[in-house]
Amino acid sequence: MIAAEPLFRAERLSKRYGGVVALDRADLEVHPGRIHAILGENGAGKSTLIKLMVGVVAPDEGRMTLEGREVAFARPAAATDAGVVCIFQELSLIPDLSVADNIMISHPPTRLGMIDRRAQRRLAEEALARAGAGDIHPRALVKDLPLSRRQMVEIAKALSRQPKILILDEATSALTASDVTKVFEVLKRLRAEGLALLYISHRMHEIAELADECTVFRNGRRISTFAAGSKTDPEVIELMIGREYKHVFPDKPERKADGRSPALQCRSLTWNDRLKDISFSLHAGEIIGLGGLDGQGQRELLLALFGVLRGCRGDILIDGDKVQIESPVTAKSERVGLALIPEDRKTEGLMLPMSVRDNLSAAAFDRFARFGVIDRQRQSALIDEMIRLIEIKTASADLAVSALSGGNQQKVVIAKWLMNKPRIILLNDPTRGIDVGTKQEIYRLLRRLADDGAAILLYSTDYDELIGCCDRVLVMYDGAIRRELSGAEITERALVSSALNVHDSEPASVP
Amino acid sequence: MTEWRYWFSEQRGTLLAIGIFAAMFLIYSTNHPAGFSVNMVQTAANKATLLAFVAMAQAIVVITAGIDLSVGMILTLTNCLASWIVVGTATETALGVIGVLGTGLLCGMINGAVVIFGRLQPIVTTIATGAMYYGIALFLRPNPGGSVNETLADALTGRLFGVLPTSLVALAVAALVIWVPYSRSVVGRAAFATGSSEVAAYMSGAPIRAAKFTAYALAGLLSAIGGLFLTFFSYTGEAAYASGNAYTLFSIAAVVLGGVSLMGGRGSAIGAIFGALAFRTIGDLLFVFDLDPLWQPLFQGIVLMLAVSIGAFGLVRVRNRLEWFG
Repeated sequence: MIAAEPLFRAERLSKRYGGVVALDRADLEVHPGRIHAILGENGAGKSTLIKLMVGVVAPDEGRMTLEGREVAFARPAAATDAGVVCIFQELSLIPDLSVADNIMISHPPTRLGMIDRRAQRRLAEEALARAGAGDIHPRALVKDLPLSRRQMVEIAKALSRQPKILILDEATSALTASDVTKVFEVLKRLRAEGLALLYISHRMHEIAELADECTVFRNGRRISTFAAGSKTDPEVIELMIGREYKHVFPDKPERKADGRSPALQCRSLTWNDRLKDISFSLHAGEIIGLGGLDGQGQRELLLALFGVLRGCRGDILIDGDKVQIESPVTAKSERVGLALIPEDRKTEGLMLPMSVRDNLSAAAFDRFARFGVIDRQRQSALIDEMIRLIEIKTASADLAVSALSGGNQQKVVIAKWLMNKPRIILLNDPTRGIDVGTKQEIYRLLRRLADDGAAILLYSTDYDELIGCCDRVLVMYDGAIRRELSGAEITERALVSSALNVHDSEPASVP
Repeated sequence: MTEWRYWFSEQRGTLLAIGIFAAMFLIYSTNHPAGFSVNMVQTAANKATLLAFVAMAQAIVVITAGIDLSVGMILTLTNCLASWIVVGTATETALGVIGVLGTGLLCGMINGAVVIFGRLQPIVTTIATGAMYYGIALFLRPNPGGSVNETLADALTGRLFGVLPTSLVALAVAALVIWVPYSRSVVGRAAFATGSSEVAAYMSGAPIRAAKFTAYALAGLLSAIGGLFLTFFSYTGEAAYASGNAYTLFSIAAVVLGGVSLMGGRGSAIGAIFGALAFRTIGDLLFVFDLDPLWQPLFQGIVLMLAVSIGAFGLVRVRNRLEWFG
């Protein structure tokens, strides 16, 4: 450990919500010019610690000092002014404002009391360039940008505030691989400039690459602080989950060709210029991964299969029979049996203020309704069964979904679609921003579903997941399937190179 | 070229409102028995100005994702007050005008304070305060009556340089002095941010409370300007319940016509002004085509429906069905 006086020090910070202790006498020291990784499962107290640091909530006890002076931030703006800036996991961007407006929202340059738009534009462009996102137009509306671009805007916004301490809470979870590389360069440069960085991520290899020191939290308490690289990954994960860490991924069974027609087959699926001549087949009992950089058409492919996109050309075959899927209603009908588990659980997957019961029922009313009237008993039986099956931790099925942790919310999304007993399950990055323990449960669940005869198509931005979970991986690039990997071919190296469209025999057709 | 496209997409709602108004006014003026004349413009302007002020007020609140159902009642209250105090010598009249505008501002500030500190829904708050404002108006003018400084009234409802309707000039000045600085200020930006996503605005450290408070206060002020002009047109004060309510409802229609999103975060008071002008032109169209005035509510409804549908045309081109709900 270094002897120098820390830039920021938290001493015995505690926070309770009702009877739940979110943070229990936590200590933390943050030094300038270092990247400090905070690790822990969801609900371990990391988010609470950060909310205390940036003034979103006030501590019940304990004290914080910044540059030797005691501080207490009443509002996020106060923390920002003092130089403590956080990039939140839940985006803090305003959808209807432009990129420049968003970047400069808390401290716009003014002239005669009005915002100087020319100066604002210049400052925003500088901030975007500093974040390595100079390709984003400052006048574009945030709501028109894809998720990964918004995250870059978020980073630019934080940098424009000249922070002393920059906190990144799962800031890379929505980023594409090339953006992550850029962001890492930016972060390393900021470290060299003497900034203190707090880095929260569930991705172990990111922490290995970036962090100087690590602190592990569990159940609201600080468990251990150690120099990065002094512990192995399994050791770190054991600290995080508090039990022995065996296999994150379930074993892959040996697959035998059974001569049956594939559960789902695509032939030359094409949509606008976003999907190009997509052909593949997916068999019952198989998990196929969709890989590649973010935004190469994976999301569109899932939506096209689910009947959301209009004007698709090409054939879709279910169990060898050609079908026309013109809407999600057809897609989830018994004849087709598709389910799509969406990416953005907050908006597309769940009705947050409604109960677990209502959410689980939403896509499956016809399973327990008779002549349009809901059979309450049958509904309860099915829902209890599902809550048990996928181990949703909720006190009651009548609790609002918004009260559950992120991991459990995601389980509700999955359970909601399993209520229909689908035969083909499409998943759009289901484990983004979820803790290791829940991830593990989701992997086991997917394998169990496949073993029971479901065909699974899994889009993931996490390479480890594609390697550990999938029987085959289709790597997409620019709307087309660039490469198919199976079995031992699925390595990080192969995934990255095909995702970047290199090592290809034909010349790259980069637009 | 792309700069131009961004500008266009920012101003689309406002431009659409201007387009609708221009088209309707063209039909109106070409079919007018007397043809296009200064007189005709002045009459049309005077009729539309009141609604335009109230629509601006409504737009400013709606942008924060709120709604102000008391604007019509503030108009009524300030009309009754003006019929008492905007009289006498030049100094007395000036003080009276300040008193009327101050009252409107105060009404708006009360709305804002209750919404912010009482944490009540804007819709409930402003129904209640609106009823209170009407009650006070009824105290002031149990029966229609009173008077106003007619010199000032005639000056502000007449013509400038013999051509420009003064009421339109007043409208433009109000837009220039109130809306433009507000929308470009830090507080105004925060108002848009609050309307678009209040949580994100809070997290970003935008002054949410100041933004909401200012929005309701300005809405009160603009409604009071409307009330003042109503007095200038009618020379009297009247606590007319139905007309107050009609102004409130029409202000929402004008705001929608003017391309302001009822979800908040998007739109401009300029759009709302043109929305109001367009909405008022509907009645005039019936007049030039010699239709029974009984048709007016029906036609206003149809035009409103059509105008709102134009905004939805973009959905026809949507290839990804999820964007229907965006």
